[in-house]
Formats: sequence, structure tokens, C-alpha cells
Amino acid sequence: MMPLSYLPETPSQTAGPYVHIGLAPLAAGFEIFENNFGHVLTQPETQGQRITLEGRVFDGSGTPIRDVLLEIWQANAHGRYNHPSDLQQHKPLDAAFRGWGRSCSDFDTGLYRFETVKPGAVCGRDGRMMAPHINLWIVARGINLGLHTRLYFADEAAANQQDPVLNLIELEVRRKTLIAQPERRGEEWVYRFDIVIQGEGETVFFDL
Amino acid sequence: MSQINELYQRNYELHPPVLVPEYKTSVLRSPKNALISLQNSLSEITGPVFGQHELGRLDNDLILNYAKQGLPIGERIIVHGYVRDENGLPMRNALVEVWQANAGGRYRHKKDQYLAPIDPNFGGCGRVLTDDNGYYFFRTIKPGPYPWRNRVNDWRPAHIHFSLSGDAFAQRLITQMYFEGDPLIASCPIVRAIKNDDAVRTLIAGLDKTASVQLDSLAYRFDLVLRGYRATLFENRLQGKA
Repeated sequence: MMPLSYLPETPSQTAGPYVHIGLAPLAAGFEIFENNFGHVLTQPETQGQRITLEGRVFDGSGTPIRDVLLEIWQANAHGRYNHPSDLQQHKPLDAAFRGWGRSCSDFDTGLYRFETVKPGAVCGRDGRMMAPHINLWIVARGINLGLHTRLYFADEAAANQQDPVLNLIELEVRRKTLIAQPERRGEEWVYRFDIVIQGEGETVFFDL
Repeated sequence: MSQINELYQRNYELHPPVLVPEYKTSVLRSPKNALISLQNSLSEITGPVFGQHELGRLDNDLILNYAKQGLPIGERIIVHGYVRDENGLPMRNALVEVWQANAGGRYRHKKDQYLAPIDPNFGGCGRVLTDDNGYYFFRTIKPGPYPWRNRVNDWRPAHIHFSLSGDAFAQRLITQMYFEGDPLIASCPIVRAIKNDDAVRTLIAGLDKTASVQLDSLAYRFDLVLRGYRATLFENRLQGKA
């Protein structure tokens, strides 16, 4: 028989405790690159409602993990991804919004933070709309393969009810682990999103 | 919108499981619930696009990008290779970010307390975008092995951490590259977290004497593979008939 010639995906290895050196050297404690990738996704011209995402990542003992690195990927305020494969051409692109950011949990408090805009709804499979959401990817020492999850917004209850991905989660009690809660702090809208890697209230993670 | 390019289902047998008791930190950092499997939507098959203008001229030269008063100490090496997808197609414009310890096995990181000294001329990180053929290269110092707190006599083999960002957020990958002939590979709990020996071998870069720079640097060849796209054959209910 003719062999199949697919190449095997490169295996994952943990990001380790020093992931900051490569992906966020300022957090590791030194300056090396002129341009650093960070947790602020917005520019002054970016369209949409400014929001802050904030939270902590907990291990199986309930302790905040303080050496975690998170990345987010999201659509713009109109619900379109800044990527050539997004063919929702009736929605505008925003030249001032890539939709990607990277944040490290604080070495003392364990808090991570992103400054972004609230994404619009994106068309899902079979033309079913997905509720506004942000895609997250989490790596750290002790995590052998990056964990993917999604953040949804508590103030989008009607859209969340219809969301095809949330509805795929059979145990309803687990869906709420993906819902961020809004909190007004002065002028700032903060969405609080804690992530539980293991144990009670364990966040839903996806195999994409 | 008509259709999207779906990725092949990921083969988890090639990856380490979430829980590897011999790698102790994974015990409390491993989800107990099964992952929920999603068919791809735009959220998974899109991802950030990076541009050459975002990188500095020396970002892929770890020998020079933190050199202050002189050159870093250690073996000068080139690391190079191709990033492809599972179909063997080149991954163009993939962001490759690398980080590593110095020649003595010490990281430039505020949390690293190992007694080997910091090298004042070595930062230990770099980044590069692949070209149209999926090719990348960088120059660095061969990292040293170092002890770590797992069991009291566990040592990491010499390694370079790689982070890859391809076309899709679902292709995102972090891994580690090891060096041909390193006797510490076989006993490392992090390497052994991968149960498939063929998969482990794909993380060991071979000495590539052909590509060495004469009278200057040895070279190691390290090719990487990201998840590939399913060919659009007969469409049954993909991204919406609307």
C-alpha cells in the first residue's frame, strides 16, 4: 500500500517558568526589543467600546498561578477578524485594530489584564451567529499543551442563549465558567474573567 | 460567506498529556475534565498577522542583540529550518519566537536563581518571520544544561524554547528544541512527557555540518510542523448556506 505522506505536527512542550524571556522580556526584567507585544490592543483611532479584561488563573489548590502567559484573539467592534480568511465582507475592517494581545499574570497578585474593545458578533458555522466572544490561549510551567478557551459577556445574555458553542457544552453548570462579569470602575468598564485550570468550577477548555 | 478552511483534527497522541506525575508542576495545573471538541469556525481558523516592520534588524541574532561590551561566551551556532503544515506546505510569515539559557545554563530572568552567572552580553531571546518558503534562521550561543527543582537531581538537557504563530489561532504552538547527542534527553521528565518516541525524535535538532559557517559557527537543523488544512472536497454544511 502507498504510505500516507502527512507530516506529524510538532509535539508541544511546556512554556516553562521563563516564558517571559522570549514572549514578554520586559516582564522578565530586561529591555531588548524596540517593539514589544503587549496587553493593549487599542490605539486612539480604534473603533468600538473600550473595555478592560482582568482576572486570575487558579491551579487545583485554588492558588493563583503567577507565571502564566495569556494571549487573546478577537474580532473587531463590527464582528470581523483582521485576517484574510474572514470573508464577512459586509462588515468593515478596522485598520487600527489587529485583535491580538499578550499578557502575563503579575508575579505578586496573579492578575492579568488586557485593554481592548468589545467584539461584535461573528458568523459561525451553518450561518448561525455566535455571541460576541474573545478567544484565549493559556500557557505556563506545568501546562504541557496550551489551553484554549473563550470569554463571553454576561451582558449579552440573549446572544449567549443562542450561541452554538456555549450550547455544545452539555453540562449547563459549566457554561457559566466562560461568562465574564462586567464591573464599572469610574470611567472604565472592566470584565472580570477568572480561569480555573483544575478542580471546582474548572473552566471549560476546547479541543479546536 | 460560503465556506472556511478547516484544520485537521489534532492528533493528541503526539503531544504530552495534561497530567504527567513525573513532571510535578503538572499535577495541579492539569484540567480534570475532558476538552470540549469544536468544529472550526472563523474564531479558530483566523489569527494575528505579523509584519517585518514590527521586528528589529538584530531580532534574530542572539549573539549581537544584547551584546554590550563584547560578545557572549559559548559555542556560536546557527539554528535554521522550515516551518510547514501537515500537508507539507510552507508556512509563510509565521512568527517564530525563541528563548533560552546562556552557555552556563542560566536564564536572564528575575526568577532564575541558579548559581551559574548571567552573561552580560547575552539576552537569550530572539524572533523571526518565516519567508515565502517557510524558512527561518537565527544565530545564537548553544545553551547549557541546568538543574531544576523537580526531583533533586533532575537536569534539563540543553534546549531552546520555540513559540510559533501561524495563520490560525488554533495552530498556536510552544515547544522545545533539543540537540543531537545530548545524553540528558533520555532522562528528562519534560521530554518523557511525550509518550511517542517518534514524536520525541522530531524535537531533536541534528548537527548540520553542511550549513555551518566556516571558521565561525556550527549549524543545527530544526524543522517544525503546524496543523494543516483539510482540502475542500465535497462540502456538507460548512460555514453557512446563507
